[in-house]
Amino acid sequence: MIMKTYVRPMGWWWLHNPFYRWYMVRESSCIVITAYAVILLWGLMCLVEGRLAFDAWRESLASPWAVGFHLVALPLVTYHSWTWFKVMPKTLPFISIAGRRLADRTIIVSGVVAAIAASILVFLAIFVSVPRISP
Amino acid sequence: MKTASTRNINIDCLRYEPAIDSEPRRQAYEVPFTDDMSVLQGLQYIKDNLDGSLTFRWSCRMAICGSCGMMLNGKPALACESFLRDFYPGGVRVEPLNHFPIIRDLVIDQRDFLVKLESIKPFLIPGDRKAIADGTFLQTPEQMEEYYPFSQCINCLLCYAACPQYGLNPAFTGPGALALLHRYNADSRDAGTRERMEIVNAEDGVWSCTLVGYCSEVCPKAVDPARAVNVNKINSTKDFFRHFLMPK
Repeated sequence: MIMKTYVRPMGWWWLHNPFYRWYMVRESSCIVITAYAVILLWGLMCLVEGRLAFDAWRESLASPWAVGFHLVALPLVTYHSWTWFKVMPKTLPFISIAGRRLADRTIIVSGVVAAIAASILVFLAIFVSVPRISP
Repeated sequence: MKTASTRNINIDCLRYEPAIDSEPRRQAYEVPFTDDMSVLQGLQYIKDNLDGSLTFRWSCRMAICGSCGMMLNGKPALACESFLRDFYPGGVRVEPLNHFPIIRDLVIDQRDFLVKLESIKPFLIPGDRKAIADGTFLQTPEQMEEYYPFSQCINCLLCYAACPQYGLNPAFTGPGALALLHRYNADSRDAGTRERMEIVNAEDGVWSCTLVGYCSEVCPKAVDPARAVNVNKINSTKDFFRHFLMPK
């Protein structure tokens, strides 16, 4: 039997629900993260090239465009990191320790704490090393 | 005994009569309700007292049959466990589940899901044949925990209505069927994993999921289909490499 049905269009689907809007923020933040990774890689290449190139790279980071980019990138990278850990339990099989299943919340909190600890360590490493590499 | 106070709420329904309408339209009803009335009871009030032509599916009224899944103010939910008081005073917009073709009013065409459900072989495929006299297949509580949450699915299709990837690509096997596939693969009594891996590995299998995660958010039985799908991305990867090490 052929049945007449109506299929609703999907145009702008992600605008219709806050959950989808945040999902799109999560996905589009990848673009900024890629750009940020490229900037860091460029910095590493400058470091290999020598002090002059590295200083020029650091100077370019002080331009209003670079500062503006980092102001946009920081909240997006932070949000992306949070979503990364938020979905982490969904990507893992059930984990049991001493016969008790590890709660999703424990996995999420452990990930966030590890990310904060790593960020503090990186920040401290930079804080300690910056006076040495300054001109 | 104190009588329950009655208030009026606006229930704005999507209407589609295939014989007349070229596309859906909206029709609003003013419905008196008490605090203990569900959206489903509101729809039943409309059918019994205001407009007998309004069409919708329902059965158990207690969130176990999975028949009354609908979009309530744009979110997939079971009408029987959503209360009118929670939508007061703004009113509730009722639409059929997203991403499925509409047959009439709030009734969707489920055939696509039913075909997919059948394709995942939703039954135990035992490895060792056992005579009835030899007793049942036993398993430990730990073994049961591996599949138990995924066995709670009531086929309500809220997860499909929540999944934009299914809406954009209806060939995607989808969260519900893949969660049930995992339910059987994760069962220690089952030996059908290899038969089901073809569906998992396919382009429209687990790899069509982009982990939006809304399916698990709306699931009324906490099945967590997003987990079932994404855990199977690991299984699919293992299976890919297994084919290199142990070709058929």
